[in-house]
Amino acid sequence: MKPLLEVRGLNAWYGESHVLHGVDMTVGEGEMVTILGRNGVGKTTTLRTIMGILRERKGQIMFDGRDMMGVPLHRTAHAGIGFVPEERGIFATLTVEENLMLPPVVAGDGMSVNEIYDLFPNLQERRQSPGTKLSGGEQQMLAIARILRTGVRLLILDEPTEGLAPVIVQRIGEVLKKLKERGITVLLVEQNFRFASRVADRFYLMDHGQMVADFPVRELPERMDMLHSVLGV
Amino acid sequence: MTMIFGIPVQAFLGQLLIGLINGSFYALLSLGLAVIFGLLRVINFAHGAQYMLGAFVALLLLQYFGINYWLALFLAPVIVGLLGALIERSMLSRLYKLDHLYGLLFTFGLALTIEGTFRYLYGAAGQPYSVPSALAGGTNLGFMFLPIYRGWVVVISLIACIGTWLLIEKTKLGSYLRAATENAVLVQAFGVNVPLLLTFTYGFGAALAAFAGVLAAPIYQVSPLMGSNLIIVVFAVVVVGGMGSIMGAIITGYMLGIAEGLTKVFYPEASNIVIFVIMAIVLLIRPAGLFGRDA
Amino acid sequence: MTDLSQSSTTDLGHQSSARSSRTYAVFLMAGLAILVVAPLFFYPIFLMKLLCFALFACAFNLLLGYTGLLSFGHATFFGGAAYFTAHAVKVWGWTPELGILLGVAGAAGLGLVMGFVAIRRQGIYFAMITLALSQMFFFFCLQAGFTQGEDGIQQVPRGHLFGVIDLSVSTNMYYFVLSVFVIGLLIIWRFINSPFGMILKSIRENEARATSLGYSVARYKLGAFVMSAALAGLAGGVKALVFQFATLTDVAWQMSGEVILMTLLGGIGTLIGPIFGAGLVVTLQNYLATSDFPVTIITGVVFMVCVLLFRRGIIGEFYASRLGRSLGFEHRH
Repeated sequence: MKPLLEVRGLNAWYGESHVLHGVDMTVGEGEMVTILGRNGVGKTTTLRTIMGILRERKGQIMFDGRDMMGVPLHRTAHAGIGFVPEERGIFATLTVEENLMLPPVVAGDGMSVNEIYDLFPNLQERRQSPGTKLSGGEQQMLAIARILRTGVRLLILDEPTEGLAPVIVQRIGEVLKKLKERGITVLLVEQNFRFASRVADRFYLMDHGQMVADFPVRELPERMDMLHSVLGV
Repeated sequence: MTMIFGIPVQAFLGQLLIGLINGSFYALLSLGLAVIFGLLRVINFAHGAQYMLGAFVALLLLQYFGINYWLALFLAPVIVGLLGALIERSMLSRLYKLDHLYGLLFTFGLALTIEGTFRYLYGAAGQPYSVPSALAGGTNLGFMFLPIYRGWVVVISLIACIGTWLLIEKTKLGSYLRAATENAVLVQAFGVNVPLLLTFTYGFGAALAAFAGVLAAPIYQVSPLMGSNLIIVVFAVVVVGGMGSIMGAIITGYMLGIAEGLTKVFYPEASNIVIFVIMAIVLLIRPAGLFGRDA
Repeated sequence: MTDLSQSSTTDLGHQSSARSSRTYAVFLMAGLAILVVAPLFFYPIFLMKLLCFALFACAFNLLLGYTGLLSFGHATFFGGAAYFTAHAVKVWGWTPELGILLGVAGAAGLGLVMGFVAIRRQGIYFAMITLALSQMFFFFCLQAGFTQGEDGIQQVPRGHLFGVIDLSVSTNMYYFVLSVFVIGLLIIWRFINSPFGMILKSIRENEARATSLGYSVARYKLGAFVMSAALAGLAGGVKALVFQFATLTDVAWQMSGEVILMTLLGGIGTLIGPIFGAGLVVTLQNYLATSDFPVTIITGVVFMVCVLLFRRGIIGEFYASRLGRSLGFEHRH
């Protein structure tokens, strides 16, 4: 399986604070990989650093064989990487439809608007409402939907199920499964690892700004004790 | 002679018209400031100088190239807008990561430089720019005499304001601008070239100011000083309106222009300062401004 | 976001080492000595102008560098005090020290009013509000009777200090101005190091925390504003006596811009930076006054260059330089 994303020795800083201490990870094409870890270990930071939002960084980030370190932030999406932040980032001064249409299409095989509305009928119904008038779950759908339109190959999701009702969490799980069927690669950070275990192919466990374990989903049962002790769940 | 509130109707309406015209300029200029501030978080002190540049470019285009008012109305904003974009790209953009006051200080220095240069080249006196023949003269409306050019100014500036509002609220480009105002980093992460958007926005703001300058040329004389006292009043307008909304800036501009006109009728000595007084009152009662969403 | 006042260096408040405070004391002594003998080498009027503007700039920096508030309306206090002092001395026949005190009181009063309105907003809005209010005062001065409009108040007599010392003698006037300048600096120094000043510093560094500790932030900011206005008024009142006139130029927004430039050039947040900034600007203006060269253009360009490349100002750059650091001054930026 071809690696789509390769990260080697990634270090990052917030000002003086050294937050990533040499992260190594790989995500293969078509895989769904989840990063697990306690609060504050650097999961979100890793995503933001890979995306290029956090620029004080050193190391190697290769996407589809291309070195991403020198790529400016506004060209990263065009390389094929899409980002759904933890706070969802739905714009209050834009309607639902404007939010949906905002990210430019970067490749030809994104979902069409009709396909998206089929998948998320709520969004079609509320398309003229201001973006933030949607419920939390609907906003999360919108945040994912708008990236799907763009045709990116790697979708980076930061805690997609945080704060959402179980029924919505299930919906999101279904959406992610559909993405997998389309061959979209997904890198996700999740606290809810029961959810993650239902969708992910592989897990990374992170601690103190580094990856400390990496295993496929079939090894999850035998790793449960370790996970319980590290994550405290 | 009919009287209204104790003064002749003609005089009253005449002052009201002047107030409406001033209001048109206040609206156009505070609109430009609000657009620039909304996205760049920079108070463009040079806005007054860009207004002056617009008038001068129109004058010089006429003097050296025989280019008439109508073309100048289009060309001057483009020229000044491009100059503004150049300044943003080369210098202003380096200040975004600093305290926002540095942006104010930089544009203040820019304003001084531009005005100083024109003052040096053309002296402090104003030069006339004639009203284009198609708009010359006036019509008698019965209750007052309306100079056509002045009527034109009110109408076209209203169109420009509404046009800008439509551009921002109803177009794709406008949605990029609105989104970037909320979260520029995320919009960049989506693949939108936000740095270019910032450059465009500053240039557009400068162009709006220059457009106002061309409109102003036939009414007030074209003088290097025409921008500097005006800009301070526009600042007050912007504080009264609050910088949260485009429509708010427009409405406040017209309102305060009319207020100033009315003051001139009833209490002329205070007409210079009435806008500042209103600003002080608004600050004491509703600090965020009439239409402000607190930043 | 880099706080404007974060370019503060050690001389505001505490010294980083015994070595730097010794060096600093030596510099100050040397500076004072130079100022004492300066009239032997330079025109007293020029020196007095320098001292007035240096005090003005230091007063301004109290607000900008130390409290983090950019006021675009300090000309109101400087020029307003000039008018008050000129009027008191010329029309009411007051002695100079009383005239100056009136100027200071008037400036403080104006500061209280302006500050009260402006403090409602922060940052950029604060700057714009002070500009607008200052412009309002300008128009008031343009139209009010006692200011004599465009002519200004001319031929202000210097009078006799305390009724005894004849200030029309240049030497007497110079040492009077020098004393006022030194007193002004001492007041600033004392203020910065007082408990009030310490709280101000904590507000500047973390306003939210100061509020949560129970301090009324607005009141402290207003206090600093009034203090700054009063000291600017001191400079203005003295200036009226030095040049023996008070005009609209002193209350115009260009004057507000000038004092910002002096402070920026000298070093925001340093105690002596504004003195150097004022010195440079006044010298430059003097030099260019005789030539045809447009001062406004140079002022504008210097502003832009300083903001882009030279934010720490002369003294700030010195403190951060190798020489400065070897003398014990802390590089903080």
